[in-house]
Order: sequence, then structure tokens, then C-alpha cells
Amino acid sequence: MKLVYFAWVRERIGKAEEELTPPAEVASVAELIAWLKSRGEEYDYAFERGDLIRVAIDREHCRHDAPIAAAREIAFFPPMTGG
Amino acid sequence: MQPTIRVQRQDFDLAHEAARLGEGRPEIGAVVTFTGLCRDEQGQLSALELEHYPGMAEEEIGRVVQEALARWPLLGLTVIHRFGVIRPGERIVLVATAATHRAAAFAAAEFLMDFLKTRAPFWKKTHLSDGSAGDWVAAHEADEDAAGRWR
Repeated sequence: MKLVYFAWVRERIGKAEEELTPPAEVASVAELIAWLKSRGEEYDYAFERGDLIRVAIDREHCRHDAPIAAAREIAFFPPMTGG
Repeated sequence: MQPTIRVQRQDFDLAHEAARLGEGRPEIGAVVTFTGLCRDEQGQLSALELEHYPGMAEEEIGRVVQEALARWPLLGLTVIHRFGVIRPGERIVLVATAATHRAAAFAAAEFLMDFLKTRAPFWKKTHLSDGSAGDWVAAHEADEDAAGRWR
């Protein structure tokens, strides 16, 4: 699946997007965040307060308990500050 | 009624956008426009850099717009949100609503702004006047509270 990052999540991870295939047992957004954190210190830093990170699946906001099996694109970003 | 939603780097013309909403629509009795500007924060800020999620930004604004259309009898609606580098005094966002009477137009414009701030995928980074690297603007709890009062 395609993962995309914005704002300081993007800066901390050091890339704007990537294609990753998480293991099959990673079923929810929260589990995906936990798995990403284990991939390296840049991910651990980006998700150090993983509960505060906002997530969108296929361009729609979702909760951390949302299933990811059908997702094509998952985005991670800080709380929004537009307007 | 077809709402207008634009996410763009370039500036917009407030008078032109307001006039477009009312053009040839004699049933419209009220047009409300809100313009959000970049502030200089007592001279400390030289610019804001707005990052957005292309595709989702337009779609999420569209979802907020559909909620506004379901709640108020609007006859016209325009939302324009800019991205890129925006300097103090320059425009960031426009919400314009048209209705038969002012109450719906005022309320819908405020609703749209409250939800754009908390739901539209945009992030502001500051550039400081002394040339130092700024930081990402933190989300305000007051904005969440403002959105929460419409529930």
C-alpha cells in the first residue's frame, strides 16, 4: 500500500511517500503505526505521540481502530491548521 | 446549486467571487463573505507556508460543503483555499455564501470556517522575520471547540 506523510510527520520520517507491505497481522491503523515505529528511529520520532497523529484512508479521515485491509493509500499527518 | 471549491496557489479576487455568486440570481437577498488573512504576529512573522494534501483537500472541503448545504437553504457557495507561501496581509481562504435571507448565509459561512479549520488537510509552517526557521503552527483547542458547538 502507498503511505503518504505530511507536515512534520513528513519531515521527521524524511520522505513524502513510500510503498510498503506490512505483515498480514497488521490489521488496524493503530497496529500499522506500531509496526512503522519499529522500522527505525525516524519513524519512532514521527510517531512518538502516535495517538495524536491524524490518519486518512483513501483520502477520508479515519480513526485509529479503522481496518486497513482494503486501503490503497494511507496518510499520516498532524492535526490540521488550515483556514 | 453547484458549489465552487478551489484549492490553488494563486490569489483570488474577493469582489469578483462575491459578484459571481449573485449574478443573474434575483432571489438572492444576502451574500456573506469571510476572508482569512495571514497575520504578521507583531512583526515576528515574514510568511506562512501552507502545505496541503492534494486531492483530499478538495474532497474534504466538498464533504463539509455538502453538510452546510444540508443544513441551510443556500443559493450559492464558494470556498477557495490557497497553499504555498503567503505573506502577512495576503489572503489565505475565502468562504462566500448566498441565501434569500442573511441568517442562513451568516451561519453557513461560520460553520464552513469552523470545519475547514479542523478537517481540511492543510498545515501552516511559519517563516520568521529574523530569517530563522520557524515551526509548524500547533492546532488550537479553541478551533476544535468552535467546530464542536455545531454538533
